Amino acid sequence: MPDWLSFGRNKGEAAPDAALWNKCPKCGEVLYRRDLAANLFVCTKCEHHFRMTARDRIAMIVDGDFEEIAADVLPSDPLGWVDKKPYPAKLAADAEKAVLSEAVVCGYTRIGGFDVALGVMDFHFRGGTMGSVVGERLTRLFEGARERRMPCIVFTASGGARMEEGMLALMQMAKTTAAVTRLLDERNLFVAVLTDPTTGGVSASFAFEADVIVAESRAMIGFAGRRVIEQTIRQKLPDQFQTAEFLLEKGHIDMVVDRHDLKATLVRILQCASSGAARRRRSSTSAHAGAGSAS
Amino acid sequence: MNLIVEREKGLLELERRINDLRSANVAQLGDMSSEIAALEKKYEQILHEVFGAMSPWEKVQMARHPNRPTALDYFSAFERFDELHGDRHFRDDPAIAGGFARVGGIDFIAIGQQRGRDTKENIRRNFGMVTPEGYRKVKRLANLASRMGLPIVTLVDTKGADPGIASEEHAQSEAIAQCLYEFTIARVPIVATIIGEGGSGGALALAIADRVLMLEHSVYSVASPEGAAAILWSDASKADEAAARLKLTAQDLHRFGIVDTIIKEPLGGAHRDPAGVVARVLETIVAAIGELDGFDEQALRDARYAKYRRMGADASQGGR
Ligand SMILES: [Zn+2]
Repeated sequence: MPDWLSFGRNKGEAAPDAALWNKCPKCGEVLYRRDLAANLFVCTKCEHHFRMTARDRIAMIVDGDFEEIAADVLPSDPLGWVDKKPYPAKLAADAEKAVLSEAVVCGYTRIGGFDVALGVMDFHFRGGTMGSVVGERLTRLFEGARERRMPCIVFTASGGARMEEGMLALMQMAKTTAAVTRLLDERNLFVAVLTDPTTGGVSASFAFEADVIVAESRAMIGFAGRRVIEQTIRQKLPDQFQTAEFLLEKGHIDMVVDRHDLKATLVRILQCASSGAARRRRSSTSAHAGAGSAS
Repeated sequence: MNLIVEREKGLLELERRINDLRSANVAQLGDMSSEIAALEKKYEQILHEVFGAMSPWEKVQMARHPNRPTALDYFSAFERFDELHGDRHFRDDPAIAGGFARVGGIDFIAIGQQRGRDTKENIRRNFGMVTPEGYRKVKRLANLASRMGLPIVTLVDTKGADPGIASEEHAQSEAIAQCLYEFTIARVPIVATIIGEGGSGGALALAIADRVLMLEHSVYSVASPEGAAAILWSDASKADEAAARLKLTAQDLHRFGIVDTIIKEPLGGAHRDPAGVVARVLETIVAAIGELDGFDEQALRDARYAKYRRMGADASQGGR
């Protein structure tokens, strides 16, 4: 078993999503779990894309091994936050339920033979919200991609900034942005893959700073949450509003891709980026050679 | 209704009585100085009782006070201000004002979020909630400043980015993200001041800065207290509780290293001495620019990177 299948999971422990049957939230079809997984968690009847765990997503997208980084960066409770439950209790509950230490998994891997720095957010942990750990792990990923001269791909799934960490969570928008500016400065390709849902502090920071923005079919993507907008304007929004397809039509994103075509699409993009990098290397060596012959 | 406005009613009534007595004093009633002194003492006492130690929720209300100085009140105290308009694509967002400015002999680009000072202006300026067009104007002005070598001075005062249909259709996320990007790479000193309400990402879009200043009773929060209460307890009326949890006061944020300098307000809030507060804020901004003038472009950007790179590092355990 490759390493990435066992990360975060204690030996002998069942996966949290081991239930035999799943009901499609869109069409109500009851699906045999094994069939659903075999179909990349897309409903076999209505094509609804189920939200994926980071673990399943990594398994779906990488060639083989996944070298996780920053797994030792773990959350604390900077505000001493309590609402219905104390924040540490919520973290512990999510960690157990999602079998995950935080809402993003980052590491180095290969996709279609290309070296890639890959980050995958997981909505099952605190709604994928970005707190200090998500910010720090992603920042290390961006910095690592820059040092290693690798393209970087981040799958987003997030309800925005994590309220329980207050303004320190908001500052992660600034921190990840800073890391992205340096990544792009060095001409590394940065691809954001927006999955359901991507909103608030994540969509309004590193996600919409990417070179190429891909969205999964039918994903909800926006700045303000649907309910907030409906309360503000006091009317129901059309179903299509804030879907990936809506954003494509409005010109906000580059493409909408069905999950079955996602890996192949990313590989083609990586292939192009690699051609560009090779051309840059050639032109800089020939420039040096030219300078050498002239002297 | 604003809580502070309500509480001020008794004070304003006392103020009126003291002034009446003063003007009537000699002419009609003989010497009333002892009565005036008693009223003044009572006035001071109430002022201290009401505003001596304000709760986070009271500070939220203070930050939203209708008479609190707004960005344009600061701009009108500039030695010079030439406003620049529009995003060059679609429209001019009145919730953002910006342009060439001069204070204390220093030229810079000023950018502020502008709410209304009355209902009519509030409607025109969308209560200071900025649309994507506004953020694109901000980005354009920041880029202009960076290329011209002019410092960027921002004044933050917004409930948050506009959450409307058109704003989503015009890519609010992208507009804010690109502001964050532009401020991060700017080659000039940036000084941001939270003068009223700093509402989440819509405020941060103007607040990535080398120096972040904040008025004593301003607030700056990851979510509005009402929104947070609705999410946490499905009850927006628990906003006061949420305000306390969110750690949104200048004092809290200074402790977290998010705010560099707190600027004092008079007892009772900035609106009790607008001219004095405006002068003090502008002085502090000029001093901050002066401190930053010593850095070359790269050192400035490196220091800014290091500053934001550290944010939340203490809030995550482990690693390096
Ligand atoms: Zn279905």
